[in-house]
Amino acid sequence: MATTTQKRVYSVLAEFATSGELLKAAEKVRDAGYRKFDCHSPFPIHGMDAAMGLPRSKVGYIAGISGLCGGLFGMWMQWWTSSVDYPVVISGKPYFSFQAFIIVTFGLTILGAALGAVVGMLFLNRLPQWFHGNFYSENFKRFSDDAFIISIESDDPNFEPERVRKFFETIGGRNIEVVAGE
Amino acid sequence: MSVVEKTGLPPGAEAPLVTGGHTFASISNKISEIVERKTSMVWLLSFGAAFSFVLLLIGSIGYLFWEGTGIWGLNVPVGWGYDIVNFVFWVGIGHAGTLISAVLFLFRQRWRTSINRFSESMTLFAVICALMFPAIHVGRVWVIYWVFPLPNQMGMWPNFRSPLLWDVFAVSIYFTCSFLFWYVGLIPDLATLRDRAVTRVRKFVFGLLSFGWRGGNRQWKNYELAYLILAGISTPLVLSVHSVVSTDFATSVIPGWHTTIFPPYFVAGAIFSGFAMVMSLAVVARKLLNLHDFITVDHLEKMNKIMLVTGMMVGYAYACEFFIAWYSGSIYESFAFINRAFGPYAWAYWIMVTCNVLVPQLFWVRKWRRTVAVMFVASILINIGMWFERFVIVMSLARDYLPSSWDYYKPTIWDVATLVGSFGLFFTLFLLFARFVPMIAMSEVKAVLPQADPHHGGTH
Repeated sequence: MATTTQKRVYSVLAEFATSGELLKAAEKVRDAGYRKFDCHSPFPIHGMDAAMGLPRSKVGYIAGISGLCGGLFGMWMQWWTSSVDYPVVISGKPYFSFQAFIIVTFGLTILGAALGAVVGMLFLNRLPQWFHGNFYSENFKRFSDDAFIISIESDDPNFEPERVRKFFETIGGRNIEVVAGE
Repeated sequence: MSVVEKTGLPPGAEAPLVTGGHTFASISNKISEIVERKTSMVWLLSFGAAFSFVLLLIGSIGYLFWEGTGIWGLNVPVGWGYDIVNFVFWVGIGHAGTLISAVLFLFRQRWRTSINRFSESMTLFAVICALMFPAIHVGRVWVIYWVFPLPNQMGMWPNFRSPLLWDVFAVSIYFTCSFLFWYVGLIPDLATLRDRAVTRVRKFVFGLLSFGWRGGNRQWKNYELAYLILAGISTPLVLSVHSVVSTDFATSVIPGWHTTIFPPYFVAGAIFSGFAMVMSLAVVARKLLNLHDFITVDHLEKMNKIMLVTGMMVGYAYACEFFIAWYSGSIYESFAFINRAFGPYAWAYWIMVTCNVLVPQLFWVRKWRRTVAVMFVASILINIGMWFERFVIVMSLARDYLPSSWDYYKPTIWDVATLVGSFGLFFTLFLLFARFVPMIAMSEVKAVLPQADPHHGGTH
């Protein structure tokens, strides 16, 4: 492979027939000691986190903290604008009539949490990402249609293309492909 | 045994969510094709028709900006007319989308997957139409930025104690959250379109829009939690947005408006009208795009049941308002309600009662609940009725405390043009969506197929 054009090997892909087979294969890949691998499927498969040995998602913490920040900012902003920077008596209400400020505070809490959830999700998923080595594979594109694919990536410490290929063969993978590109 | 005969299913079994023996690949094909194939004549004609109303809208707003709100039929007691009626109507339409995508998601109602994408889109477009009305009704629209807490040359800040400002925040945050929810749901489907793309332009556009989604479980894990959180935080928004809109009325001291029933009553009405709009659109989309396998009669029946429930809530609220008006012993309050039913706007009141209270009662009958023609007509009548509900509420202004200031509100041609134009805008946006974005959430529909379950067939 690496004779004339210096092609970089990105990953080895193997396809599995059903979501159940993907789940079983993921357990075997995990038990074989691979760490930098991923199971690509057209929809999320339940039980896959445990099968891959993944910890819980951290999106919740990010959303929670950003929601809290949104709420605190909302209350602070209304206090500061209404009773410090631009105090105007309206219907004899106190400057800091916090009851009236609850709705905007609530809204900004929700907004903060929503933005936190989405931005946090994108950040943890390393998205937006313009290119990934797996996109060199034509077969990989079928993950978004009906294929269940495991990719073991080249930055895994145990990565050695031939060995990974043989390993996939033993666990019943099909259309095994070593993905390489410029 | 009679149960089996009636439905063809054993007792306790759920009807299949997707019919037609679809596989994962056939779902991608069927839904993506709608986006990928050549533009149809029907689409072009409907787009042309809808867009001509957008031109009407642009024209009437242009004239409004030039001339001022005097072109509308507003008068002294009725300082709010079609602008607020249309605003509340359109915000309400949006609610079914959020209810379907967020509340039904939290309740694990898997039937929502076939209809959530286009009801969410409907929410976005309805909220765009809604946001337009408060923006254009202010008179001096070039200082609309005063509603935002932006530093300006006068060192002035908005009044956060005003319900009208709460509205600005509630509705624009609602729009933002609905947009995020909609877009996050779209990412996997945009990736499907990217991977199917044959032209360079499509590859580029969908590559950009899908953010490089790879559908790996490391991504799905964060994605699913983010989606769950968005659903969880959109759920209180369903209740809060329309409650805040109703406080515009309820915090005033106009008889008929100053009531605590307004927030729940408005929310029920919003969900009611929203489902009616989803129904009208679903029936048409299903027919034109041949989506019968995904949007089955069972889906439509479930929506009809929700309309029956919310319609009864609305009917209860009408009755309750009347009762409290009498029971409170306030002459102004009871006058307001007697005037609604028998005064100059009695015609609008009885249209409202007929469409909103009587029409949904059709859905007690199973056969009618499952007949597409009946539900289509009923959904349109309900939308008309719900528009009149807001009209009736706003027209409480026409006869307030002082008989000397009473007047009769008549819309002008510009009021009507703006209303019709807003429908044009809504349908234009919806048609663009139906043409360029997958109408049905492919990844979610695939996930509810029986073969998606890893334990399917007892192999695991």
